[in-house]
Amino acid sequence: MSNPIETKPAEAERPPGLRWKARFPLLSLIVERLLLSILLLFAVSVLIFGGVEALPGDFATTYLGQSATPQAVANIRSELGLDRPLVTRYVSWLGGALQGDFGTSWASRNSVSEQVGRRLGNSLFLAGFAALIAVPLAVGLGMLSVHFRNRMPDKIINVLSLAAISLPEFFIGYLLILYFAVNFGIATFPATVYEGMGFLERLQTIALPTATLVLVVLAHMMRMTRAAILSVMSSAYMETAELKGLSAARSIVKHAAPNALAPIINVVALNLAYLVVGVVVVEVVFVYPGMGQYMVDAVTVRDMPVVQACGLIFAAVYILLNMLADILAIVANPRLRHPR
Amino acid sequence: MSDFTKYLAGKVTAGGMNRREFMGRAVAAGLTISAAGELFATSAAAQAPKKGGALKLGLEGGAATDSIDPAKATSQVMFAAVRTWGDTLVETHPQTRAPIPALAESWAPSPDAKIWTFKIRKGVKFHDGKDMTTDDVVATLKRHSDSKTESGAAGVLKSITGIENKGGDLVVTLDSGNADLPAIFTDYHLVIQPGGGVDKPTAGIGTGAYKVKSFEPGVRMTFEKNTSDWRSDRGFVDTVEIVTMNDATARIAALSSGQVHFINRVDPKTVPLLKKAPNVELLTTAGGGHYVFIMHCDKAPFDNNDLRMALKYAIDREEMVKRILGGYGKVGNDFPINDTYALFPEGIEQRAYDPEKAKFHYKKSGHSGSVLLRTSEVAFPGAVDASVLFQQSAKKAGIEIEIKREPGDGYWSNVWNVQPFCASYWGSRATQDQFYSGAYLSSADWNDTKFKNEKFDKLLISARAELDEKKRKDMYREMAMLVRDEGGTILPMFNDFVNAGTKKLKGYVSDIGNDMSNGYVATRVWLDA
Repeated sequence: MSNPIETKPAEAERPPGLRWKARFPLLSLIVERLLLSILLLFAVSVLIFGGVEALPGDFATTYLGQSATPQAVANIRSELGLDRPLVTRYVSWLGGALQGDFGTSWASRNSVSEQVGRRLGNSLFLAGFAALIAVPLAVGLGMLSVHFRNRMPDKIINVLSLAAISLPEFFIGYLLILYFAVNFGIATFPATVYEGMGFLERLQTIALPTATLVLVVLAHMMRMTRAAILSVMSSAYMETAELKGLSAARSIVKHAAPNALAPIINVVALNLAYLVVGVVVVEVVFVYPGMGQYMVDAVTVRDMPVVQACGLIFAAVYILLNMLADILAIVANPRLRHPR
Repeated sequence: MSDFTKYLAGKVTAGGMNRREFMGRAVAAGLTISAAGELFATSAAAQAPKKGGALKLGLEGGAATDSIDPAKATSQVMFAAVRTWGDTLVETHPQTRAPIPALAESWAPSPDAKIWTFKIRKGVKFHDGKDMTTDDVVATLKRHSDSKTESGAAGVLKSITGIENKGGDLVVTLDSGNADLPAIFTDYHLVIQPGGGVDKPTAGIGTGAYKVKSFEPGVRMTFEKNTSDWRSDRGFVDTVEIVTMNDATARIAALSSGQVHFINRVDPKTVPLLKKAPNVELLTTAGGGHYVFIMHCDKAPFDNNDLRMALKYAIDREEMVKRILGGYGKVGNDFPINDTYALFPEGIEQRAYDPEKAKFHYKKSGHSGSVLLRTSEVAFPGAVDASVLFQQSAKKAGIEIEIKREPGDGYWSNVWNVQPFCASYWGSRATQDQFYSGAYLSSADWNDTKFKNEKFDKLLISARAELDEKKRKDMYREMAMLVRDEGGTILPMFNDFVNAGTKKLKGYVSDIGNDMSNGYVATRVWLDA
């Protein structure tokens, strides 16, 4: 048995690290993941730096474009230190970043942290509300379609959510704009939020992009919920539950759902990450000032400090959400919570 | 008054037509020139500007990397913004493009056009309440032209050797004569800032019709009325808001749902749809911007003028204007100047699609095999389609063009000005001299056709210092002919500026100087209740 109390005698023979690991499996997992993610972030920053360097043209030439003169280009290069060797520049950037200083944007000469903070806030606001609607809705619809498996409601839910995911997100956006903003005139467009906007006004402004995102991520989560629960439903203990006379709804909520949680949590985490880092197209269509557009603008002119900061944040969001998903999956599943 | 003339007068009243367009069409409809002029004046006066309201513009061409520093204003959004909060020394007339006074009241050149004296307007206040002085002007011009400058205007100011305040007047000394100096000072980078903007380049304080209230790069910029504006003929609305909208469909949706009053860069392909929207009006203006296919005159096989001529005859310009610009443009004649420039040399024969002549020159060139044309969506809107049209029309003349589609990112650093034959575009410049000096002079930074012609260079330098307009115009004719018949530019079309506004938007001035009413749109329009 894997009961910690029973394994106690064996512990003395194990090295101290392993013992600690066995006693706090969850905590040690978190620490391990955090250390790994620092390494990962470091690798990401090297990749981004190298990637932007490999792009044709540097900041000075791309920013000035057709109005550039050799003199002005040289002035910008020497002011920003672009004439120094690659490694020197990376090390000096890393030095600043380790102290929490991401520097100033080369283009606008504003503090990167301040600008990123505002944009990240916008992105999280939109992603948060989209998730708040999409996750319960997807899981609920998934359960509903299990309940009405292979009957009309199940088929309708499936067809509609598949249709929504099959349309490109910008097209869903355009359709919503066409009907709700242009034809009926009941929704706000463009969805540009800015500082000093009231909370309710903000909510009203992001209605259309939120709806678009919900439609985009709904099907994926809904179908995963449905599939996970169905696979559990075909197991022996569910048969027992049915045979002992539990109602269908009760057996789904009480017995099937907890066992199906892990895959659902994983797909939810993936979709949440997508909502934060992958929605640049929706941002552009709705003129929403989020992180995606910010990073694309910066890459266009090779504004390295901004690209680095955005890239690291995106990587961190992915890593954190995946870690959270793993942890929750462990917590939700007794077998993983107490490993042999 | 015939019905058609009445219709034209109605369009003037509605703000949909400029004087140039009106005169052209009215005269064509049988009105005498003076009668047409009077009619324009009365129709235009019938619309008295209405004050007040909140104007919203949805503009393409902004990014999170935009800076409010005028020296770094390169995007369309910042161009319009700078024109809204700042003033230059000189402005251009919307219809003739002649220099007219702004912060400079008047100016006079020395006989050799080397030393210029500008009288600076008195009693103008900056937004922070300080007086605008000649010292501010001197400091501004120095910031854009000294050796440490990072300004986008550095190129046009290169020939300046001295900037001084002499007894309250601005005195500018040049290394060689230039009759166009006032026109150079209309450049939108050169807005006058307190202390030249040396200490705080991004303060956004100027003398313009509106004060900057908030600025979020790539998102939104707001302005409020400058109540102590030195001019009363502008700044009619109370507040201005510019929202960056880089998606063409988003702009059109915002306009047709009435959320913004004005948008720029309307795709010619969507014009027929937009025309159906009941509350929207198209605002088009002829401009000097153009789309080109450029050949390097010094690289094989394009170092052969017969091959260049063959390709120039092998392009169907009329079809390009129709298909690529949706009719919103004019055919080009292989030199970069059209009638939106002062001293335009009229009467040069229009080059047309002529497969026979193309065949003749192609045979004479002795070239065989295909020529490689590089193109990309970013070269100009519809560049890939235009390249295919070119390929087809050339095929009928027996010339094989191979098209290579290049990625948009990096096109301007890897392909343009590097590869011997590619698609590209040029915006308009203030004067012919500025254009030729920037792109056709042998030593020009952006001589993207590698056109090196001694006779042309000499003409350009002497025309620059020539104060006699007639002589100057003759020189420009000669230069145009050299570029047209020996240069590496295939110039099929000049594109119109295609903007759109709601019917509430009144007083839009079609300014041939540049897009969006030369950037002044926010200060010139008003909103009908």
